[in-house]
Amino acid sequence: MDFSFTDEQMMFKDQVIRFATKEIVPRSREHDLMGEFDFQSFRKLGEFGILGLHFPEDLGGSDADVVTTTLAGEALGEAGVDGGLNLAYGAHTFLCADTIFAHGTDAQREKYVPKLCSGELIGCMGLTEPGAGSDVASMTTHAQKREDGYVLNGNKMFITNGPIADVAVVYAKTDKEQKHAGISAFIVEKDTPGFSAGKNLNKMGVRSSHTSELIFDDCKIPKENLIGREGAGFLMAMQTVEWDRSALMAPFVGGMTYVLKRCIGYAKERHQFGRPIYQYQAIKHKLADIKIFIEASRALVYRIAWSKDQGRLLNHLEAAVAKLFIGDWSLGPANDAVTLHGGYGYCHEYDVERAFRDGRLAPIGGGTSEIAKQIITKLI
Amino acid sequence: MNIIVCLKQVPDTETQIKVASDSKSIVTDDVKWVMNPYDEFGVEEALRLKEKFGGEVTVVGLGPKRVTESIRTALAMGADKGILISDDALEGSDSLAVAKALAAAIKELEYDLIFTGQRGVDDDLGIVGAACAELLGIPQMSIIVKVEVAEDGKTVKVTRPVEGENLVIESSLPALITTQKGLNEPRYASLPGIMKAKKKPLEEKTLSDLGLDAAGFGEGGRKMKIVELTPPPARAAGKIVEGETPQEKAAELAKLLHDEAKVI
Repeated sequence: MDFSFTDEQMMFKDQVIRFATKEIVPRSREHDLMGEFDFQSFRKLGEFGILGLHFPEDLGGSDADVVTTTLAGEALGEAGVDGGLNLAYGAHTFLCADTIFAHGTDAQREKYVPKLCSGELIGCMGLTEPGAGSDVASMTTHAQKREDGYVLNGNKMFITNGPIADVAVVYAKTDKEQKHAGISAFIVEKDTPGFSAGKNLNKMGVRSSHTSELIFDDCKIPKENLIGREGAGFLMAMQTVEWDRSALMAPFVGGMTYVLKRCIGYAKERHQFGRPIYQYQAIKHKLADIKIFIEASRALVYRIAWSKDQGRLLNHLEAAVAKLFIGDWSLGPANDAVTLHGGYGYCHEYDVERAFRDGRLAPIGGGTSEIAKQIITKLI
Repeated sequence: MNIIVCLKQVPDTETQIKVASDSKSIVTDDVKWVMNPYDEFGVEEALRLKEKFGGEVTVVGLGPKRVTESIRTALAMGADKGILISDDALEGSDSLAVAKALAAAIKELEYDLIFTGQRGVDDDLGIVGAACAELLGIPQMSIIVKVEVAEDGKTVKVTRPVEGENLVIESSLPALITTQKGLNEPRYASLPGIMKAKKKPLEEKTLSDLGLDAAGFGEGGRKMKIVELTPPPARAAGKIVEGETPQEKAAELAKLLHDEAKVI
């Protein structure tokens, strides 16, 4: 058991916080309010190396281990970067680029990964459908095999980065008769005829990330765009979902540290009945509850990251526990943070209402809490 | 082109400074130590010149072991070598003594340019750069916002803002430049940079390694003594000027400004 980070990891975390505080956070509030994607900040994440941390250096990455990658995500949240940009980064790097890297051919890797690392290309991943959410295997998007490739038909729903993506990793059935074993993964480029994205959905939180439908209408793609082999898509999706439930969750955890910092600052400044509200037990308990949530979720998230670094590729039970805990149990502390700020907490400029809205996605996206419980009970 | 950057470690500007019980120093327990922000401009400028002209960037720091961290940060940004002058006898040294130790270490190196911050954000004295240049017998240009080294690498032209105007100075090399905000935007250390920094040479030197006599350093060697440190006075509560009519209020205000605030 070793719970310590190396000096290099701590130095890097420090640099990420400095970078984000200066270059990104001053733009976060406005982009969240307007519901606009911050292209400039996304490119800066690429320049600084965040978008490709865990990929090899010869593909434009930084050769980071999973713990360091997770630490960078936590640092972004801790600095106060909004959940929207963090989600866009997560979907881009872990759901799109990582799938191409982990399962693609050398040609696919070389073509896409370096440009995804730099942020020159933006990536998304299409799994969920209007009628297939938790029940992934019921997807109806179909990829019909032709001599020179595949023809895709169907719709994907709630796709993060959908409207702005240049590259999409899309899951579709190559064999309609089969359930999980009939799913395959494909790379679809933005301007492919027959492929389009719907308009940006107006969301409660993570507003600076753009989300839409992906529409495939006789969309022809060359056969070299198949990732891995036919029928292997479900396993890839499950491996992806694990990232979803660890590294992608790290910014949420860091975000709660940011919220706690705001709460402590406010509680020390705000006086009622002649003393700072920090001195009242009701407030102290709220601060303690937020801290407890942070410590517990950090332990869960880093455990998965550490496991991955030890070579354990699949950590379904741990990932489901982490996802469920962070999703469901962050709502209380986020609510407390708003309460603690009183009327100000309900106002945009105090950032805690944003954390409250952003956090509400956690029990829904990347597998619902209910599905997480199903997985947990299946594995105990 | 070989460049030296002098580095001081200072409390993070966001740290809440508390005066210690001896009234002559600060409480350092909760202080987060960082590279002096003005020195960061020096590191960045040195790296840009290195990228253009080639050569090496050496960072020279002075202080306790923890200064290693800030030197490593400079190495992670891209500097090539680090030297830490660390000696118990240095504890409590004044700016002149620091400059002497730095100059002694720099003398052993080959250099065309030296950067120091125009001042440390802790003591705000601004002495080390000038003293160092004097001890090394080279020209010094202070509070610089623009540095242009000639193509042949033999001279430098710098800009110093003076009361809204710019003073442009040209000098032969080697020379020492003290950096001012506006010179550049320092880069962040990337993860590969941080990993590479781990393997870069970082040498530690004591006063005797530099051929210096410890007697001239530390508290005993100070030419300048700190008499007392005091926090800024707490701001007094405001006062509402009483009075029935505007005339009465104005008269009361004038009286207060004259008698109490003593500004008129």
